[in-house]
Amino acid sequence: MAAEPLPTPQAGSPAAPRLSPWEVVQLARHPQRPKAPDFILGLVTDFVEVHGDRLFRDDPALLAGLGWFEGQPVAVVGPYKGRDTRENLAHNFGMPNPEGYRKALRVMKLAEKFGYPVLSFVDTPAAFPGDEAEERGQAQAIARNIMEMSTLRTPILVVITGEGGSGGALALGVGDAVLMLQHAIYTVIPPEGCAAILWRDASRAQEAAEALRLTAEDLAALGVVDEIVPEPEGGAHRDPDAAVGAVREPLHRHLMALREIPLERLPALRYERYRRMGRQVESLSRG
Amino acid sequence: MSPWLRRPKYTSPQRREMPSGLWAKCPRCQRLIYQKELERNLQVCPRCGYHHRLSAPERIAITLDPGSFVEFDAGLTSVDPLGFVGYAEKLEEARRRTGRAEAAVTGVGTVHGFRTVVAVLDFPFMGGSMGSVVGEKVARAAERALQQGLPLVTFSASGGARMQEGALALMQLAKTSAAVARLHQERLPYISVMCDPTTGGVTASFAFLGDLILAEPGALIGFAGRRVIEQTIGRRLPETFQTAEFCLEHGLIDMIVPRDQMRAQLGRLLRFFGAPRAAQAEPA
Repeated sequence: MAAEPLPTPQAGSPAAPRLSPWEVVQLARHPQRPKAPDFILGLVTDFVEVHGDRLFRDDPALLAGLGWFEGQPVAVVGPYKGRDTRENLAHNFGMPNPEGYRKALRVMKLAEKFGYPVLSFVDTPAAFPGDEAEERGQAQAIARNIMEMSTLRTPILVVITGEGGSGGALALGVGDAVLMLQHAIYTVIPPEGCAAILWRDASRAQEAAEALRLTAEDLAALGVVDEIVPEPEGGAHRDPDAAVGAVREPLHRHLMALREIPLERLPALRYERYRRMGRQVESLSRG
Repeated sequence: MSPWLRRPKYTSPQRREMPSGLWAKCPRCQRLIYQKELERNLQVCPRCGYHHRLSAPERIAITLDPGSFVEFDAGLTSVDPLGFVGYAEKLEEARRRTGRAEAAVTGVGTVHGFRTVVAVLDFPFMGGSMGSVVGEKVARAAERALQQGLPLVTFSASGGARMQEGALALMQLAKTSAAVARLHQERLPYISVMCDPTTGGVTASFAFLGDLILAEPGALIGFAGRRVIEQTIGRRLPETFQTAEFCLEHGLIDMIVPRDQMRAQLGRLLRFFGAPRAAQAEPA
């Protein structure tokens, strides 16, 4: 298993006011927040981007490649959210199509072949909700990634850096260690969508954000996230370099801990990790 | 347009209209059908062929050999892990209305004498949504199939992950997919049947991971919601979008099987995959 989870760090100075979940959502979506390319170029040296799913096309919403992290060869994947409109239009706002997930899977299988660890930097509003995405099997692509990641015989380290948007995030988010930035979110549905469905009123997103328990602190308490990576005071966008840098030590520490485990043992441990997730009661009277 | 492909109009997505209990109204052709006739016809409209949605017990009753079903984990019940506003009440209401504990019924039984583990999602129970209990039941069903060397057959009918359980519901995609992966690794057959509707997180996990994927005619099958897609792309989508027929055409599923042929088809496939025969097999 990954290293022992650390206690949740305090936000900024001790006097820093506690943010509401809705404020955290705003920070997680902040346009100036460091994005996948910042994390990858900041942490991975000699990065070589690779392209294409070999089936349909190259998805610009999904960044994938090979490089070195702390002297070790790694494979890297991450949805490409832009920092401005131009970048966002070029990269579909970080919302992959099926070919994006299939590209990521191709690179992860490549990593498995050589025993390279996989680093996944997750920041995506959702899998792209498009008609062609459905035609090409968006659900199948996500399901396939989730299943393959559960059995991949190489370490997978996931960092939720911004928005962890539902199945589209989990398709890159099944791992041996899952880290999460302090003001990132991870949710089964965006708060706006949740409010629209539950109360037929998307403007009640603020309430939904509270109810969904989507903050790093909540997810650590639920056992979904192993460690929270503190952000610079005021949020990652205030000092992107420092925010990226803060990921290095915990990521390296988890990687070294996973390196101790024989590769063929990893899938079983990963299975146990996800097998435990969820809460229920079991009454013997009916069983 | 083929009558299969016309979208039914539900006033409430979960309720089958049954005025006075004697007559049922077809949500697609809007005609009244004598309840008895509908039952004889496996809840398929004799006029327009619309496959009415079935509860999990109804599905089990028409699919498995009579008396063969033994349920697993009936005592697994949901808690309200997030303290989500209104969830406890919704659960209570669903339990009261359906008389069941959760949105999945799992167990072991025979189809045409072939032993198989089955997991059936129950759409009337909170839209068949997958929270911790549904995920746990599906995972345990897969694990039981593994232990006993049996095939797994799932029937999906679900709106997706249960948002009232937040990220824990999302994690059930990983839990169920990982459990199904083990069946594949141990070379045990897994047949996924998608019924109306199979959407969201259930499609993005075990439902799309079958060795073979079957669907009922006209079933709605898709990941993202139609309205969300229409808003995103800025145009209306055809009625046929995200139907079983659409999925077949795009290569996403293996076959469409009308309800009156489902049992025979499953029996044929289970036989092909070498499912063990029950001791006292009853060829139907």
